[in-house]
Amino acid sequence: MIGNNKQLGLSILACIAVYGVIQTLISLDVIGSFWQLNIVLVCINIILAVSLNLINGFTGQFSIGHAGFMAVGAYVGAVLTVKFHLSFIIALLGGAASAGILGFLIGLPTLRLDGDYLAIATLGLGEIIRITILNIPYVGGASGFMGIPRYTTFTWVFFLTVFTVLFIRNFINSTHGRACISVRENQIAAEAMGIDTTKYKVMAFTIGAAFAGVAGTLFAHYFYIAHPASFTFMKSFDILTIVVLGGLGSISGSITSAILLTFISAALASYPEWRMIIYSLMLIILMLYRPQGLFGNKEISLKMLGRLMGGNKRGTTENHQTF
Amino acid sequence: MDFTFTQQLIQQLINGLSLGSIYALIALGYTMVYGIIKLINFAHGDIYMVGAYVAFFATTVLKLSFFPALFLAMVVAAMIGVLIEKLAYRPLRYAPRIAVLITAIGVSLLLEYGGILLVSPQPRTFPAVFQSKVFTFGNIVVNSQQVLILGVSLALMVILTYVVQRTKIGKAMRAVSFDTDAAKLMGIDVDRVISITFAIGSALAAAAGMLVGVYYNSIDPLMGIMPGLKAFVAAVLGGIGVIPGAMVGGVLMGVIEALVSGFISSTYRDAAAFAILIIILLFKPSGLLGKNVREKV
Amino acid sequence: MALLKTTKLSKVFGGLKAVSDFEVTIEKGELIGLIGPNGAGKTTAFNLLTGVYEPTTGEIELDGKSIVGLRPYQITQQGFARTFQNIRLFAELTVLDNVKIAYHFHIKYGILESVLRIGRYHNEEAEIEKKAIALLEIFQLADKKDEIAKNLSYGEQRRLEIARALAAQPKLLLLDEPAAGMNPQETQELMKMIQWIKKEFDLTILLIEHDMSLVMNVCERIYVLEYGSIIAQGVPEEIKSNPRVIEAYLGEEVE
Repeated sequence: MIGNNKQLGLSILACIAVYGVIQTLISLDVIGSFWQLNIVLVCINIILAVSLNLINGFTGQFSIGHAGFMAVGAYVGAVLTVKFHLSFIIALLGGAASAGILGFLIGLPTLRLDGDYLAIATLGLGEIIRITILNIPYVGGASGFMGIPRYTTFTWVFFLTVFTVLFIRNFINSTHGRACISVRENQIAAEAMGIDTTKYKVMAFTIGAAFAGVAGTLFAHYFYIAHPASFTFMKSFDILTIVVLGGLGSISGSITSAILLTFISAALASYPEWRMIIYSLMLIILMLYRPQGLFGNKEISLKMLGRLMGGNKRGTTENHQTF
Repeated sequence: MDFTFTQQLIQQLINGLSLGSIYALIALGYTMVYGIIKLINFAHGDIYMVGAYVAFFATTVLKLSFFPALFLAMVVAAMIGVLIEKLAYRPLRYAPRIAVLITAIGVSLLLEYGGILLVSPQPRTFPAVFQSKVFTFGNIVVNSQQVLILGVSLALMVILTYVVQRTKIGKAMRAVSFDTDAAKLMGIDVDRVISITFAIGSALAAAAGMLVGVYYNSIDPLMGIMPGLKAFVAAVLGGIGVIPGAMVGGVLMGVIEALVSGFISSTYRDAAAFAILIIILLFKPSGLLGKNVREKV
Repeated sequence: MALLKTTKLSKVFGGLKAVSDFEVTIEKGELIGLIGPNGAGKTTAFNLLTGVYEPTTGEIELDGKSIVGLRPYQITQQGFARTFQNIRLFAELTVLDNVKIAYHFHIKYGILESVLRIGRYHNEEAEIEKKAIALLEIFQLADKKDEIAKNLSYGEQRRLEIARALAAQPKLLLLDEPAAGMNPQETQELMKMIQWIKKEFDLTILLIEHDMSLVMNVCERIYVLEYGSIIAQGVPEEIKSNPRVIEAYLGEEVE
């Protein structure tokens, strides 16, 4: 569809523009290291949130072990650069592949479970991954993996974020994405309509895990160190909060929410307990009064901005813009 | 003296038994709540923590002795459990399951970090409300506090079984967990029954919290996370929603953990719990004593 | 060769024999009814045929091939499609998307093509869109194609469910109480539509129904279930006057 390609072209231009502006500001030192750190974190959180949204929001599988996949990506990536002296790109690919493969292996047996059981199983698996890493001296064990070179730059992180968003957006707006969504909506009906629900649950899980792995590699190569304590279920809850606030099933929601919550976290960095209390209250209040979060399962679109002056919002899975 | 394999085994079994009793007490709360409203109450482990702290303040500030403090801890925890259900879970009774799960996670985090703010993250030392006497049988050591744990847990479980099987309220609880709508039509006040279930479950968890405080001497606001998760695994192991299952699962869980810790390595003791969970969920999700329920198509 | 043939099909839940010795034969192009009092096991039979339940004993053959043990999606891909007694639409999706999803397993483009928007993506997407809208037009739902499914009226939702089932391009269509909740006029229109789609899409249809006017007027042959077993089969005239059937519905005659 011509309209779709035009919109795609426009958003690509917008991305390049945003990149250009921010990168210039960084090079000119207008944006200092504190803000640089947070921008990098925002991008990493966007990747984490959008990938988790694919699993939880679009396919309706309640996974709360996402930090485990991030950890795998972080450690595998670090091993590739530090121990094997390979390039960053290999580390990224390795991080994605290892997390993805693990996601596939885990997903296959556990995605037979439903709702609460799946949640607990993924939580448990995330913990098993973390505890296993804790017990491997080769990667530093309980002291963590140190000496990771800082290969992550704003350029890397920005374009990987754009790639992630585009990948998942395009996946969703295809028959494969629709199949995933049908699993969320009504699994029995989806099966009855000829959709291999297990295949799509595992597919969403694998893709989500792979991108979490990318985020992990980026994370480890920015902070010089990978430590098991960064990948506990608290981290999984953090990502879950971002997704829930933004709206389960909305990519724009995840992006907006990631930006918001990363900066709120930064602001509250000196008061970690208050941060957790605010997060927990937010989760509770959201579920009680606005369970669809900020955007529900809708996306920001140029059409929608135009319609904000009275008119009904319709939810479609076609023709979505994210900027 | 040489520690033979059998002696080590018996020692770990004894350790496992008292650990398992703790897990059983907590697991009962999970299983009763799940049985009645199909909710995994993520915040339950933190009620255990709250019980420990109430007991702590009862013994240090109010200078109560063991049993009055235990009673107070159980009552306060019961009230908090009922409050949480009324404010956070009841409004979502008919909402999608993910929403309630997320809320439960939120409540859990709130209790943990609220606790840190209120009572500081520093661990507190429990006063010696129950003198520890050590009995040795050859190489095997049994602590009188372990006996206390076993005794109190057993007593509470017996009382619970009596309540569930022989009283009217117990019958109502069983009815609601079997078929909520039918129970409503029979005139049972479902809301009240659910509140009572939360109250009982929370009281049991609080008892476990105090017992742990007495035995290990140290409590902190995040103490409920791991035991909570493990007790949940225990409930699933025994058959979630089935009360005897929670007891069996809890004891089994404790014994397995003690054996892993004693014979393999203590760093893997936590992982053992999760591994059990995965295995159970993959091969017999209804647990040892549970039954399969089908969704109507 | 019969399109659908079941042999000694039974399903036992614990101690309850939900369906026993269920034997039907359906030839291509027939319109068969399955009736019986509530709880007779009709939906259980459907669930057996569509793979939702696995049979305790017995055989099910579609076009000569056994489908026992296949998962529901595989059975659908072999040529079955069904609607549900309690409507199971994709409630939060649009009417159009509901139909498009049923075309899914006929689509050939892969994930790479979706993500990169190359290859067959654009062509096949355009084709699905065209086919889906055409199907909706037949069911007079095309003007509501962007409406969220749960906002449709009850009758429209039932029509959408049938449209969606047809998008799967089945050989055999199973309708589970399609007239449930409809008034006499809607039931009339439904009857005409069922006969029309049978001709237009070259279908074989098996339907469960309580509404006797629909069943007697539309079905060529009828099977009657009671307590999980078939107690009668034949053309509508035979069934109407069969004393066993009357007894099942109305109870025994008082002497």
